Amino acid sequence: MAVIADIVTFLCLVGGIASMLIGSYGLLKLPDLFSRMHAAGMVDTLGLGLIVVGLIVQAGISLVSFKLFLIIVFVLYTGPAVTHALAQAALNAGVKPLLSDDERQDGS
Amino acid sequence: MIELIDTALLLIMVATALGFVFIRNLFAIVMLSGIFSLTAAVLYVVMDAVDVAFTEAAVGAGIATVLGLVALSLTGRPDEAPSKRSNIGPFLVTMLTGAVLINATFDMPNYGDPEAPAHQHVAPRYIQQSGDEIGVPNIVTSVLASYRGYDTLGEVVVIFTAAVGVLALLGRRRRATAESRRGAGSAVEGMTGKSILRVTTKLLIPSIMLFGLYVQFHGDYGPGGGFQAGVIFAAAIIVYALLFGTHRARRVISPGIVRFVLAFGVLLYAGVGVAGLLLGGNYLDYNVLAHDPVHGQHLGILLIEFGVGATVAAAMITIFLTFAGHDRPMEE
Amino acid sequence: MEFPGVLNYWASIVLMMIGFYVVIAQGNLVKKIFGLNVFQVSVFLFYISMSKVDGGAAPILDDRYQIYSNPLPHVLILTAIVVGVATMSLGLALIVRIRDAYGTIEEEEIERQEAEMP
Repeated sequence: MAVIADIVTFLCLVGGIASMLIGSYGLLKLPDLFSRMHAAGMVDTLGLGLIVVGLIVQAGISLVSFKLFLIIVFVLYTGPAVTHALAQAALNAGVKPLLSDDERQDGS
Repeated sequence: MIELIDTALLLIMVATALGFVFIRNLFAIVMLSGIFSLTAAVLYVVMDAVDVAFTEAAVGAGIATVLGLVALSLTGRPDEAPSKRSNIGPFLVTMLTGAVLINATFDMPNYGDPEAPAHQHVAPRYIQQSGDEIGVPNIVTSVLASYRGYDTLGEVVVIFTAAVGVLALLGRRRRATAESRRGAGSAVEGMTGKSILRVTTKLLIPSIMLFGLYVQFHGDYGPGGGFQAGVIFAAAIIVYALLFGTHRARRVISPGIVRFVLAFGVLLYAGVGVAGLLLGGNYLDYNVLAHDPVHGQHLGILLIEFGVGATVAAAMITIFLTFAGHDRPMEE
Repeated sequence: MEFPGVLNYWASIVLMMIGFYVVIAQGNLVKKIFGLNVFQVSVFLFYISMSKVDGGAAPILDDRYQIYSNPLPHVLILTAIVVGVATMSLGLALIVRIRDAYGTIEEEEIERQEAEMP
C-alpha cells in the first residue's frame, strides 16, 4: 500500500513540476500579455494542484492533508479573480491583445 | 541534497537582487522586492526557521509590497531618471567592504555545525528547560514572550511609534466637503463596477480574519503568534479598503477605534508586567499570575501575544489608511 | 561535490553588498528604501544560517525529535522583520512628504533645488 502511495506521489510530483516548467517557458516565449496570463494562470495552477495532491497522498488522512486541501481550495478560488483583475487593469491601461490578423513584426 | 535546494534558492535571490540594480521601472522594483522576500521565506523553511518564514512571507511579500505600491501611486513618477554622476566611487567602496566581510567569514564555523559557539550557552537551556518551566511546545513563542519578554515589549513600542510617526507625517484633518465624501482625489479610490472582484473578495475576507485568529491563538503549538496574526488581520482590512475605497473602509473601521486598539495593545503588554509587580514578583514575571507557575506562564503569554497582535494589526491598518487617504499629487 | 561550509555566509554578504550599492549609488529615493530592504533580508539570512543545526528539527517540542535548531536567532529576526516594515513605512511616508515639498524624488534634483534656494 505504501508502495502504491509512493508511486502515485512520484507521478503527481513529476507531472506538477513538468507543468510548472512548461508554464514558465510559456511565460517567457508567448507573444503578448494576455496569452502569457494563460500560461501563468492555468498551467501553473495545474502544476500546483498536482504537487499538492501528491503531498496529500503521502500524508494520508490527517489534519495535515486537510490543510493542504484548503491550500488548493484557496488557490483555485483566488487564481481566476487575480487573473481577471490583471486583465481588467491591462485593458484599462490601454494594452491591446495581439490578434491573429495584426501585422507581425518578427514573423510567426 | 538539501545543499542543492539551498544553492538554487540563493542563486535566485542573487539574480533578483541584481535586477534591483539594473531595472529602472519603480513598479517592477516593488514586485521584485516581493519576489525576493518570498524566496527568502522559502529559504528560511529549508533552514528550519518556520516562524521566521511565516512572518517574512506575510510581512515582506504582503504588506511591504502593498505599501510600496501605494507610496508609488502617491509619488507619481513610475520610472527612475538616469543618474548623471559616476558610480565608480560607490562601486569601489562596496567591493572593499565585501572583501573585508568575506575575509571575516573564514573564521566562522561551518554551516550547520552543532559545536558552533552560537549553540552553546543559553540556547540549550531554553530548549531543555522550556518544556518544564513554561509548557508551551513552540520554543520560539516561549522565548519571545517569556524569556525575552522585555525585548518584545520594546519592539511593540517601536511599531506603535512608527504608526504614530506616519500619522504625524501624513495624516491631516480633512474638512468634510462633498468632494472628500465622494472620495475624489485620494490615493486609493476603490473599484466601482468591478463586481467579480468585489464578490469574490468579500467572500474571502471572513476566512482571512478567521485564519488570523487561528494563527494568533495557535502560536503556542505551531508557527504563529501575535506578529503574524496582526499582519494577517490587517491584510483583511486592507483588501477591503483596496476594493471599496478608503472612505467606506473608514466608515466600517473607524480610525478612532483603530487608534485606541493601537495604544491598548501596548498598554495590555505593560499592564501584564505591572500586574506581575503587584502580585509580588518582578516586572513581567508570569509565574505569579495564576495559582501555579506553568498556568501563570500560559496566561501571561496568552495576554501579551494578544496585545502584540492587536498593536501590530492596528499599526498596519493605520499606516495603510493614512497613506491611502493622502491626496494624490497634481498631475504634472 | 563538497560544498564549502561558508557558502551561505558568502551569498548573504553578496546580497548585502548589492543592497548597500543600491542605497549609496542610486539616486531615486524609493529605490534606496527597497535597496535597504534587500540589505535587511540578507542580514536576516546571515543570522538564520547561523542558527541551523545539522539534523535538527524546527524548534517546536515534539517527542519524535531530540535535536532542534537554535531558537534564539529566530526570535531576534522575527521581531526585526516586523520592525523593519514599520521603519520602511515611516521612510515611505517621509518620501511622500519630500515629494509634496520638492516635487521630485530624485536625489540630484533635490540637491539642485536646495543649492538654488536663497
